[in-house]
Amino acid sequence: MKILVCLKQVPDTTDVKIDPQTNTLIRQGIKNITNPFDAYALEEGVRLKERYGGQVTAISMGPPQAETVLRDAIAAGADDAVLISDGAFAGADTLATAFTISCAVKMLGAYDLVICGRQTIDGDTGQVGPELAVMLGMSFIAYVSRIEEIEDNVLRVRRLLEDGYEIMETTLPAVITVVKEINVPRLPSLRGLTRAKSAVIPVMGAGELGVDKSVVGLAGSATWVTKIFSPKRSANGEILEGSIPEQLTNLINKLREASVI
Amino acid sequence: MEYFLTEQQKMIKDLARRLAEERVLPVRAELDEKEEFPRDIMKDLADADMFRVFIPEVYDGLGGGCLELCLVTEELSRVCGSVAISYASSALGTMSLIEYGTEEQKQRFLPDVASGKKLAAFALTEAQAGSDATAIKTTARRENDGYVLNGAKQFITNGGEAELYTVIVLTSPERGGRGASALMVEKDTPGFTFGKKERKMGLRASATRELVFRNCTVPAANIIGKEGAGFIVAMRLFDRSRPGVAAQAVGLAQGALEAAVDYARQRIQFDHPIISLQAVQQMLAEMAIEVEAARALVYAVARTVDSGAKKFTEESAMAKVFASETAMKVTTNAVQIFGGVGYTRDYPVEKMMRDAKITQIYEGANEALKTAIAFELRKRKARRE
Repeated sequence: MKILVCLKQVPDTTDVKIDPQTNTLIRQGIKNITNPFDAYALEEGVRLKERYGGQVTAISMGPPQAETVLRDAIAAGADDAVLISDGAFAGADTLATAFTISCAVKMLGAYDLVICGRQTIDGDTGQVGPELAVMLGMSFIAYVSRIEEIEDNVLRVRRLLEDGYEIMETTLPAVITVVKEINVPRLPSLRGLTRAKSAVIPVMGAGELGVDKSVVGLAGSATWVTKIFSPKRSANGEILEGSIPEQLTNLINKLREASVI
Repeated sequence: MEYFLTEQQKMIKDLARRLAEERVLPVRAELDEKEEFPRDIMKDLADADMFRVFIPEVYDGLGGGCLELCLVTEELSRVCGSVAISYASSALGTMSLIEYGTEEQKQRFLPDVASGKKLAAFALTEAQAGSDATAIKTTARRENDGYVLNGAKQFITNGGEAELYTVIVLTSPERGGRGASALMVEKDTPGFTFGKKERKMGLRASATRELVFRNCTVPAANIIGKEGAGFIVAMRLFDRSRPGVAAQAVGLAQGALEAAVDYARQRIQFDHPIISLQAVQQMLAEMAIEVEAARALVYAVARTVDSGAKKFTEESAMAKVFASETAMKVTTNAVQIFGGVGYTRDYPVEKMMRDAKITQIYEGANEALKTAIAFELRKRKARRE
């Protein structure tokens, strides 16, 4: 089985701040990491390879330094990796990103399964996975929390919904996005780290993909970011004290005063 | 301190530290409390290729030696002594094969240890045979194409959890110390069962158990080294494994030192962090000096072992004695710096202190090892070296 895992390098947003003057991300001192949801995607790909045999290719689109996430992917079990990188791809929205990745995937060959994280922690849209499925003409299942089985070219998964889960089946090839409940990603292995250090990671640019620069990057994007800002805090919360009945009485009085009830 | 580690050795040390901090740290208190064997962590170590470190490349290992094994053991021990010893015991249990096994035995057993599919253990100690190892009573009678084992081994680390056991037995009881042999016994061999699991002061998550042999037959092909060479095999293996226990001690001491520094910076008494008190500073400085000196000695001895030196009984014993004495002292002082809370199980230093105690006892009690060192000193003087 040929498996493709999509990974993105993102700023570690656990302690991210926006500069209130310029409304841009303060990048100083912020580490770049593999998008955590994509780490689950990679782990699931590697587990499927261990279960059914095959090959796992890691792919990422981004600036040259995004190669790091691909080396980390090889260290954690991917067989090989491809970087999609070109100045012309800069500023791409989800549509242009999915289009560019789909062109690369078509050139790389036929994959049985494409696995993405449910969303990135920097963009948070969760759109690239489904867009990629449409562009590749593959079926799509989002929020997969368990791969039950792959048999006779049919993939059966459990997908997480807000109020429960669904069991779904689809024929392969397919694109799926995974949630964090699906697995616990392994750490790299010593042999993987050694392989990652010497691995040759091919770079595909606009030329290699044979795409016109007007359909990729900012030029090929349907949306533009006009402004980023931190929302202003308009009101402060109030913490009620006392026993639970006292707090409830207090709360009801306050809501009445505010004419909410 | 610059120890001139190779790129590969640094990679091993860094990954072992990451594993310890990400996978062991969150569960160490619970494992200790429940006295539960860290199965899942052994799987993580296997996935990260840590069991390949000490196995030659031709048997799916990474070809490392004593120093590489020490680096992993130290890093694991810095976070949890139990995890470290469960790992290192697998190395001791297979070292017999690496050093004295036949090609067929190596091919048969080593790849599964390298992949982490099988854990190993080493069994010499018996109820009446501790420091006096030659007093063992377990026998292996030659019968047709096999050996029939009878007897019991005590205090066996990884007992019940390991799949492969290097067992020292008497094949010719009438010959005493020259009648012992080393045998590889696989778990699930008929007649091989497990007895009492020990309830220990420290290293509670590691399994320490009795092995019981009742007419247990193992193939003659499982003898490691020559018949009658059992004690020589055991003693030479201990010379190789003692730096590993010393590394465990260094790791425990390092963990305790770091915890003590952190706590001393936070704990306010008399309006200041206690690290500003000279008494505390003196203690911390002495702890740091001793930990670094122990580490330097352990690495130097591990390198001596890896250099292909023929004999290193003395050096290996020195590293084990010095590092274990350091671990006991440093962990005890860490509890002292923590004060009352250090004595509670809410903080990790009491566990480190409990774990450290055994490093002075096992793999040769320190008193027995000092006797061995003194013996070498006398011998050398007599030879006018």
